[in-house]
Amino acid sequence: MRLKFLFPILVFAGLLAFFFIGLGHDPSLVPSPLIDRPAPEFDLPPLEAGAEGLKTADFMGRVTLVNFFASWCLPCKAEHPLLIQLQKEGRVRVVGINYKDKPEEARRWLAEEGNPYDRIGVDPSGRVAIDWGVYGLPESYLVDQKGRIRWKHVGVLMPDDWQEDFLPRIERLDP
Amino acid sequence: MIPELGHYALVLALFAAGVQTILGLLGAHRKDAYWLLATGPAASTQFLFVAIAFFALMHAFVVSDFSVYTVAKYSHSAKPLLYKLTGVWGNHEGSMLLWVFILAIFSQALVSFGKTLPHTLRARVLGIQGCLSTGFLFFILFTSNPFLRLDPSPMDGQGLNPLLQDPGLAFHPPFLYLGYVGFSMAFAFAVAGLLEGRIDSAWARRVRPWVLIAWAFLTIGIALGSWWAYYELGWGGFWFWDPVENASLLPWLAGTALLHSIGVVEKRESLKSWVVLLAILAFSLSLIGTFLVRSGVLVSVHTFATDPTRGVFILALLTLAIGGALVLFALNAPKLKPVGSFAPLSREGGLLLNNLFLVTAAASVLLGTLYPLILEVVSDEKVSVGAPFFNATVLPLLLPLVFAMGIGPYLPWKRADFPAVLKRLWAAALTAGAVLFRKLAFGSARHRARGLAFCQQPSAACGTPEAVSGTLSGKPVAPSGSAGKFLRHVRRPYGHRRAVGWDHCFDPLANGRNSRDATRRRSDRGRLSHSLRRHKTRARPQLPGRSRHLSRCPR
Repeated sequence: MRLKFLFPILVFAGLLAFFFIGLGHDPSLVPSPLIDRPAPEFDLPPLEAGAEGLKTADFMGRVTLVNFFASWCLPCKAEHPLLIQLQKEGRVRVVGINYKDKPEEARRWLAEEGNPYDRIGVDPSGRVAIDWGVYGLPESYLVDQKGRIRWKHVGVLMPDDWQEDFLPRIERLDP
Repeated sequence: MIPELGHYALVLALFAAGVQTILGLLGAHRKDAYWLLATGPAASTQFLFVAIAFFALMHAFVVSDFSVYTVAKYSHSAKPLLYKLTGVWGNHEGSMLLWVFILAIFSQALVSFGKTLPHTLRARVLGIQGCLSTGFLFFILFTSNPFLRLDPSPMDGQGLNPLLQDPGLAFHPPFLYLGYVGFSMAFAFAVAGLLEGRIDSAWARRVRPWVLIAWAFLTIGIALGSWWAYYELGWGGFWFWDPVENASLLPWLAGTALLHSIGVVEKRESLKSWVVLLAILAFSLSLIGTFLVRSGVLVSVHTFATDPTRGVFILALLTLAIGGALVLFALNAPKLKPVGSFAPLSREGGLLLNNLFLVTAAASVLLGTLYPLILEVVSDEKVSVGAPFFNATVLPLLLPLVFAMGIGPYLPWKRADFPAVLKRLWAAALTAGAVLFRKLAFGSARHRARGLAFCQQPSAACGTPEAVSGTLSGKPVAPSGSAGKFLRHVRRPYGHRRAVGWDHCFDPLANGRNSRDATRRRSDRGRLSHSLRRHKTRARPQLPGRSRHLSRCPR
């Protein structure tokens, strides 16, 4: 008899438990299924005429940071100084994939802001980005010497992210 | 100076709310006439101070005082005045202040219009309202203070998102909040009734107008949000089963059930504990909705920039408010005895059936909304529950409800005579039969599709997009349809929280134009086919929202 009236509070207690545990989870963090798998095959044309494009084979031999960017992506501007700094430090090779952009705008943008990329591949249709599992810009991937994806960062790359997520992995890959 | 006045007013409001709680609850317990009489003025004082704080914040937005953090973050000197004003609740801090302001308005309304209430009941209701105010004022002052200053202050603000500058957004959160917070009156009356041990027809008569007001505002708020999503955002539909939309639908379903069954208490003094439980549920679901929007436990287009401290704080408030009420319910509800008899075929029987459908629908929506969270906690798996689940579970519940809605009003109280009811309904039954026959016999697929679209209308609504905070994309805001794309991005199982913030932007044209057009065609099937028939000469009808939207785009 009394149980009937206790039912609502019991259900609520159960919900509370889930809410409380749920607070500790980040529902938006989803590990990429590509981690520790070889990077998808691709062969993209260059941004500047005469320069070299970007293809999967280019990853061999050096730890590479693959950065998806576009001139229309404001947040990309925010991580740009860090990319330039990384390029200068030379700890990893920085390459870019220009995602669904107008080439002339991308060229102007890089001329104004500086070009941190060793090589750039142009992906006007977004096909390659789909293979990589990119669903928004910017996104950055760490690829090892054997061309395997080791880490994926979604959103603006901040110095903290670099220190905490990228550097330790790079140390392990290339001591 | 004025922001500081607002800040102090907020602190004073906290004390006033505390006094209101103590005077109301203890005064009614001790039956102390002075305490009981002082409860009203305490509530008015609280209302006055919250109002000062609210308008101080509004003033800061109007004069673009960018030394105030909230203003600098969410406003801009180039915004039209209207959107400066409404920008007050376009962010977490300001919208919490609006929440408390509306709570205080309801307290004040009870002081002004509830003079005929028995003194102890009135004091208890005000006491519980004061208790809620105290909790939320604490929350605002300690985790989301809108009056914090910036030093040095920036030259201009950061908030110029054109998507958020729309009458639909400007007016839909206040209406939603009037609805959400309006149910606090039903909640306070229910808890006061439990404390008094008296739930009778007089009680029901006194609560009913408050429930009706809250329900009406919530309905308007949901409809406005839905309309905004459709015409301005071009999401390609009215309703997306987004967690936060569901959070607004849940109290609406519970409130609709409450609105119906409260009549049973009023007329027949039956279903008492059920009605009390519904009153607690309606407001609890509003609170849970607030928690879901602001804690970041679920991925949604509506989430504010989240902060774990806030999540823990709101969770504590939930525990105290809902848990307290439900414990009281478990203790005192068994003492509420029904007076009248209860026949299955009667108006009260019909209303119970209505409640059964509505509450089951609410439970399905709640389960679907929380399932990703529950599964993640239990198994660490990531899933997202989308429209197919809700369409499969909720629509079959709402369709018979619509059918029963036609019969219910013809059932008399106490005991109905079914043949007599049928006699009164024969014309309606005949018409329904004829329409159904025509549909089945001659209706094309297109007609059927439109018929379904019609059935969905009552539930078509939207949650609280006050919170699509941040710039959606670095690109100029794309024409209609692209935000739908954005929405689906976020709802994918591999969405991420920063998606909503400014530091990660979506390519509105991702994954090809074709799929987007297909989606729009699909979701607008009814409308488009309709307009196609009307304007056969035009090859491709323009959506009404589209041209307007383009004209809004920056650059």
